[in-house]
Amino acid sequence: MLQSKIPEGPLENKWRNYQLKSQLINPANKKKLNVIVVGSGLAGAGAAATLAELGYDVKCFCYQDSARRAHSVAAQGGINAAKNYQHDGDSVWRMFYDTLKGGDFRSREANVYRLAELSAPLIDHYVQQGVPFAREYGGVLVNRSFGGVQVQRTFYARGQTGQQLLLAAYSQLYKMKRAKKVELFPRHEMLDLVVINGKVKGIIVRDLVTGQLKRFAADAVVLATGGYSRVFRLSTLAIGCNGSAIWKAHKRGAFFAAPSFTQIHPTALPQTSDAQSKLTLMSESLRNDGRIWVPKKKGDSRKANDIPEEERDYYLERRYPSFGNLAPRDIASRAAKECIDAGYGVGRLKNAVYLDFKHAIENFGIETIKDRYGNLFKMYKKITGVDAYREPMQISPAAHFSMGGLWVDYELMTTIPGLYAIGECNFSDHGANRLGANSLLQASIDGYFVLPNTINNYLADALREDPVSTEHLEFEKAENEVAEHINKLMLVKGNKTVDHFHRELGKVMWQECAMSRNKEGLVKAISQIQKIKEAFWKEVNITGGYHEMNTELEKALRLADFIELGLLMCTDALEREESCGAHFREEYQTNEGEALRNDEGYSYVSAWEYDQGKFKLHKEALEFENVQPTVRSYK
Amino acid sequence: MKVIFKIWRQENTNTKGNFQSYEVDELTEDMSFLEALDHLNEVLVTKNEKTIAYEYDCREGICGQCGVFINGRAHGPHDNMTTCQLHMRSFRDGETIVVEPWRASAFPIVKDLVVDRSSFDNIIEQGAYISAKTGTAPEANSILVRKEIVDKAMDAAACIGCGACVATCKNSSAALFTSAKINHLNSLPQGKQEASKRVLEMTKQMELEGFGSCTFTGACEVECPEGISIINIAEMNARRTKAKWIG
Repeated sequence: MLQSKIPEGPLENKWRNYQLKSQLINPANKKKLNVIVVGSGLAGAGAAATLAELGYDVKCFCYQDSARRAHSVAAQGGINAAKNYQHDGDSVWRMFYDTLKGGDFRSREANVYRLAELSAPLIDHYVQQGVPFAREYGGVLVNRSFGGVQVQRTFYARGQTGQQLLLAAYSQLYKMKRAKKVELFPRHEMLDLVVINGKVKGIIVRDLVTGQLKRFAADAVVLATGGYSRVFRLSTLAIGCNGSAIWKAHKRGAFFAAPSFTQIHPTALPQTSDAQSKLTLMSESLRNDGRIWVPKKKGDSRKANDIPEEERDYYLERRYPSFGNLAPRDIASRAAKECIDAGYGVGRLKNAVYLDFKHAIENFGIETIKDRYGNLFKMYKKITGVDAYREPMQISPAAHFSMGGLWVDYELMTTIPGLYAIGECNFSDHGANRLGANSLLQASIDGYFVLPNTINNYLADALREDPVSTEHLEFEKAENEVAEHINKLMLVKGNKTVDHFHRELGKVMWQECAMSRNKEGLVKAISQIQKIKEAFWKEVNITGGYHEMNTELEKALRLADFIELGLLMCTDALEREESCGAHFREEYQTNEGEALRNDEGYSYVSAWEYDQGKFKLHKEALEFENVQPTVRSYK
Repeated sequence: MKVIFKIWRQENTNTKGNFQSYEVDELTEDMSFLEALDHLNEVLVTKNEKTIAYEYDCREGICGQCGVFINGRAHGPHDNMTTCQLHMRSFRDGETIVVEPWRASAFPIVKDLVVDRSSFDNIIEQGAYISAKTGTAPEANSILVRKEIVDKAMDAAACIGCGACVATCKNSSAALFTSAKINHLNSLPQGKQEASKRVLEMTKQMELEGFGSCTFTGACEVECPEGISIINIAEMNARRTKAKWIG
């Protein structure tokens, strides 16, 4: 039975009630407690720095060469907060409701409310840390709109908000390193979790420079390893982003929730060839001023600027008049896919739609548009060679954010005692679809504000236990298993590259488990992925050695886990016989082609247990005490 | 499209390296430079040879992890661009492309084209932060900042920490990197409390790490992917002088 540990009391008092009752640890004792944080993005760096400030002994690991490179760095558009600075009717309640509705009522009320409630103090925190958020001439902070919302609550630092927040967190991390409260391990990748007597006690990592396996023990382990959309291979994520840490945790007993809920972002640059390694994201903030359209005529090969106004279909404005170009991401992506599939796509491969700034430039002047999105236009030009001030951008949907992740309770603890999952790698707050600018928010809130207030509830008891040494038999066993796994991979000595198999996996996942899914396709995908798995373990070739820097080996280890995760994603998508948010099952749609949710049958969080290669479903019922789930309409 | 990559290969920090040439076929102009290297690596795997180590992560010009010398220039032939943003359309069919790691004694080579830039993190550690604990912040709009000030701070804060400034500098100076961070924080009201301490300690660390001195040639700002201006260096020097003599 899954215990979500939602505190008693009315929604607005739950977090306070929780804090009043949670256990405390005195400063002298905190020093004796060790916490491992895996990942150094907003969630990981925020948590590691804050836990260190509180007095815990912290070790923080990341696979990159520096904590400053974690993929939070790439978030462009902004971070939401219910400050109501624009005096436009915003409030904690409205933000809570927008987020819950945006997620199509597949998340917990209490978690989402806490997210909205802590958003305002988070902006205070980041301003104090020196984040150069955009400001008015009067010196106050500026806001802009994001998708799925009718107020302006997004704070931003040009198109580099994620970078600025991450650098603040990274700086704070180094402040605590200097204070000798945090030890940092860049270029180290977690390859397994050590669980002793049902409690997490440490991790096994590989030093990516020497190839050496190392053991680290701790009283609690926090996973902050981000999203896993690289399972699609082509995604907006960094090339190194992976699902390995959470997958190993899953195989050691942590339940995996809503694995198939993946956000496909509507405004990425279209794919141009098979050799492509990633799809570059253009911030959703562009939809504030850019208008999305396709030609009314199928296969129209005229240049965009030659197509007259009356022959353009501004399909989002037409279909969703009240939200228009700012419809939520899942809806905007699916609408684009429908246009492209129906033959209205534009660009060389006919796989894109237009995002046009002509009207915005006419209305506000080119200088204003430059001020708002200058760096994004510059980036667009660098990659495509096209000047988007003169002709519209071409954009296309791309795999982006994982709403799914390890199942966590209200305390952000997984089903393994002492193991926490924070940020994108947990499932908690976004339901079946995440609203723009809520990602930086959730990662930061989890890391800075929630975890440092909940981990003590577990660690207070851990104080009474004897510390475990890395000489313990379970550490040895785990390390040996990792070594065997690596050896097995190295010894395959087939004739195909890791990337070959990743492309194969990506094609299946994109075809059957992305924007639109159906039973037949998912069943087929599962058997195809099983074949890819068999072939991978028979035919992959990894050159170079084990005990040296070997990027092929790193990729292979990550892909081996992605393949298994892909199976779980398809299994999950197959089980959920309804459409909700980003999960669109073709069998379940309204006459108008909108998602048809089934609250009677599927108002639960799917939490999957790993059982010797099979997946067992557990259900956490979602109870809505404050909000009546409605049909999500943006019309 | 076909090119010849002449690439620096080096087993690890302690061994000697050398150039090796690879003829690579089946490239297209739309491929990014790193995708061309990916392709070369796939070819090497099918020939059962060791792949080339090079760095990247986000591949959209923001994480700062990529960075190599290409035909004698940091991040390749264009100004203000990262390696991952460079595309093969910038090269001629049949061209020989020389690829080297960043060269600076403060950035030791780890393997092939991979260098160790932890010296940058060490500079950050000496004060590139505001000493306030989580949970102690006043209301955000109680700190007013003039738009011109915050815009200027943002120009400096945009640094991605790639190291191109150091690699291209004839003195291997880290003055642009260090000054960008100092000016970001010292120009904002939040950073004022520790301004003097910050500039003194960070510049001291910069020297301890073995970076050279700045002779103001301006080479760095040409290669900086964020186009950070060398005016920052002048400003840092002024701040440092003031901190030293006035406090």
